Amino acid sequence: MSVRVEINKLVKNFEKVEALKEISLKVEEGELFGLIGPDGSGKTTLFRLITNLLVQNNGTIKVGDYDSRKDFKEIRKITGYMPGRFSLYHDLSVEENLNFYAHIFNTTLKENYHLIKDVYSQIEPFKKRKAGDLSGGMKQKLALSCALIHKPELLILDEPTTGVDAVSRKEFWELLKKMQKTGITIMVSTPYMDEASLCDRVALMQNGNLLALETPENIVNQYSGDLWQLSTSNMIKIIVDLEGVGNGIKNIFRFGEKVHITSSGIEFEELNKTIIDFLEPKGHENIIIEKVEPQIEDCFLDLMDEN
Amino acid sequence: MWPFIKKEFFHIFRDIRSMVILFGMPVAQVLLFGFAITTDIKDVDIAILDNSKDNVTMELSNKLVSSGYFILNENLKSNDEIEEAFQKGKIKEVVIFENDFAKKLKKEGRADVQLILDASEPNTANMISAYTTGIISTYSMEYIKRNQNIPVAIITETKMLYNPELKSVYMFVPGVITIILMLVSAMMTSISITREKEVGTMEAILVSPLKPIQIILGKVAPYILLSFINLIVILLLAKFVFAMPLNGSLVLLLAESILFISMALALGILISAISKSQQQAMLLSMFALLLPTILLSGFIFPIENMPVILQLISHIMPSKWFIIILKNIMLKGVGMEYFWKETLILLVMTIFFIVMSVKKFKLRLE
Amino acid sequence: MEENNIIIVENLFKKFGNFTANNDLNFVVKSGEIFGFLGANGAGKTTAIKILSGLSKPTSGKVIVAGFDVNTQSNKLKQNIGYMSQRFSLYDDLTVKENFRFYGGIYGMSAKNIRLKTEALLKRLDMLNYKDMLLKKLPLGWKQKLAFSVAVMHDPAIVFLDEPTGGVDPITRRQFWELIYEKSSEGVTIFVTTHYMDEAEYCQRVSIMAEGKIEALDTPSNLKKQFNVNTMDEVFVKIARKVN
Repeated sequence: MSVRVEINKLVKNFEKVEALKEISLKVEEGELFGLIGPDGSGKTTLFRLITNLLVQNNGTIKVGDYDSRKDFKEIRKITGYMPGRFSLYHDLSVEENLNFYAHIFNTTLKENYHLIKDVYSQIEPFKKRKAGDLSGGMKQKLALSCALIHKPELLILDEPTTGVDAVSRKEFWELLKKMQKTGITIMVSTPYMDEASLCDRVALMQNGNLLALETPENIVNQYSGDLWQLSTSNMIKIIVDLEGVGNGIKNIFRFGEKVHITSSGIEFEELNKTIIDFLEPKGHENIIIEKVEPQIEDCFLDLMDEN
Repeated sequence: MWPFIKKEFFHIFRDIRSMVILFGMPVAQVLLFGFAITTDIKDVDIAILDNSKDNVTMELSNKLVSSGYFILNENLKSNDEIEEAFQKGKIKEVVIFENDFAKKLKKEGRADVQLILDASEPNTANMISAYTTGIISTYSMEYIKRNQNIPVAIITETKMLYNPELKSVYMFVPGVITIILMLVSAMMTSISITREKEVGTMEAILVSPLKPIQIILGKVAPYILLSFINLIVILLLAKFVFAMPLNGSLVLLLAESILFISMALALGILISAISKSQQQAMLLSMFALLLPTILLSGFIFPIENMPVILQLISHIMPSKWFIIILKNIMLKGVGMEYFWKETLILLVMTIFFIVMSVKKFKLRLE
Repeated sequence: MEENNIIIVENLFKKFGNFTANNDLNFVVKSGEIFGFLGANGAGKTTAIKILSGLSKPTSGKVIVAGFDVNTQSNKLKQNIGYMSQRFSLYDDLTVKENFRFYGGIYGMSAKNIRLKTEALLKRLDMLNYKDMLLKKLPLGWKQKLAFSVAVMHDPAIVFLDEPTGGVDPITRRQFWELIYEKSSEGVTIFVTTHYMDEAEYCQRVSIMAEGKIEALDTPSNLKKQFNVNTMDEVFVKIARKVN
């Protein structure tokens, strides 16, 4: 069972701050939908509006046939919500937390054990341990179990992987993929750009705006310009030294050990020469430039730059 | 509902700090407040039973009333009316002049005045009796001068009612009960609700299908029980450590306490609705509830000595009415017929705050 | 060679009861280096950083930071390091200038020195116009950049950065790293933890901790070669999975 979510021209202001500026998007039934963006881009606000923890200034949200303002009680019944910071009782044990969340949704752990078995079985050996003593990855799994216990049709996860190490993050995404196969609609937000490629479709958000609303492949395909990767013998000073290189180069960003350069309208030979001529007098050696495929983060940087 | 309440108990029992506040405070407070605090008097309501009605007693009565310390509330006609006058609650002292006062003073050189005091507030009672005696002896000096220096004596005899040994602990126990119930009910609930807001668990509860009233009940139920246990502990301490009698009905006392506890819980929920952090809830409870309870309820400082504005404010302090009720039950041992008004006021306040708190309790984050 | 090592850790153990948080750590950090300190949650990173910055004492082992022994000279040590974490930020209800003045005061800087440093650092951030603004009015990324500037205001020999860029947008994160490179080129040693694996590649050398031990320590490119993978992310996952 799953529902679709339709968001139409949603506006939310906090006093003078515009947290969401006329956002419209649709999440299909059974889709794994990602909201990608840094802190303050409006992800949490959007989730709180869907669950009606906040009320919008304008626009509508429909979850299935329910309107978020009129039928919020119905929406809450079919929604599993995992707030940022996980929302666990640190002084209660793993089992006590689960029992409590089962209770407030009028069910029991026993009755719905099968729903959360995949997730819960990984932390069940520690069920007597206090939630506060769990590692980040385990807390995250417990919180997910709590959000799933009442068989929701829509699962909303607010930054489930923030502050969690790379391995736990991977495991968590594997779990989400498994959950998705049961037919549930999943909306998940994250500040990690590399997680975008794991979603069916993503919304890139920045300052309350949608920068893009696409499949990860299309976002990458629509990248404007050519992307190059540059490395030299002195990567520490590279950004400073590249200042003012100009001529057909749109932007320059550090990317891991390398630097990514976006250009438009110039060929490799010309670019190569420009950069080598520019950097060699500044003491750079082994200057290597290669063409690379953009990643989501490149696209985000590009889109941010345009806005 | 039970799992919700059970969880709340886990929170309390696993947190040493709240355990200390819950069970250490009542004992500490009863012991701390076991000593007296000095105060001044002003405009005390008194009644006069004048069995003589001659020029001397009239003059003496005038002196008392015009002194500024006393207000004549009632002229009594017989000894039988004394008890009733006190139980109505306003009068703190009855002054009784014996038969043929002036005649005796003239012929025998001495006459008797009896002072009967409501000693359920021992400091005040002592003070009132001292002031009264002072005014009477000043008058007798004048009398001697006027009558060619023939030595006469007006003998005052003082009798303390309700609290014959003038034990201040009798006075403090009702106050301590009030403070503890306020503390446990209002402060602890407001803190425990705001803690959930802070940790973020409230968000998850709010999106559940629970109704506000269910969330509220789940949060407050443990504190009703704990307040009750505290009440019993204080009563036991009072009885076995300070040998304080409970003159009235225990059932009535417990019933009135439940009323007050409900009121305090509702206040706690209201506070949690307007505060964002545990700290804020704590400060608000301290300044908006605890301090007024201590200062303005007549617990330590007699309300009749306060400026009018504070006296008016004291009327909206639920604790003031609860302390009056407690004193009536515990010290005077009288029944509902003597404090139904106070009870009614408390009931109206309770209903008001409960309605407000359910209304204010938000199912949203704004 | 010894004097070039600003951090020397030998046989460091830290135990909490039966639990060994740091199990025989041995490593050095070279002066002026950007050193990435990685590890899964609960691997013992935070415990080690607390020891290195003089906040807690090792159960046993030798730890020398900036020439001071953490066992006996933790006060002198604290004078010579800077510290910034995602949790420990600046005061929201103070202005930018007031925050600088406060932290400068803590480190015993003279009023004049504080003023000059504040001017210079704010000028670098292009934020001179915001010096009287309350901190809470500024966006997160700005605050993190300011927090870094405050942490290096007293010219420490080494700065500890504990997940300095969590939740910050990708452009600001890169600007933040330029600040780090700038300080590094002035000779300041940078000791940084992060969950962003691309940031691990910004470091000159990284160590990866798992279950209380350092499982790998090298330059990012050597580590990738050693584990025969293309990204640090994969290195990290391989190490963590191996231990589990």
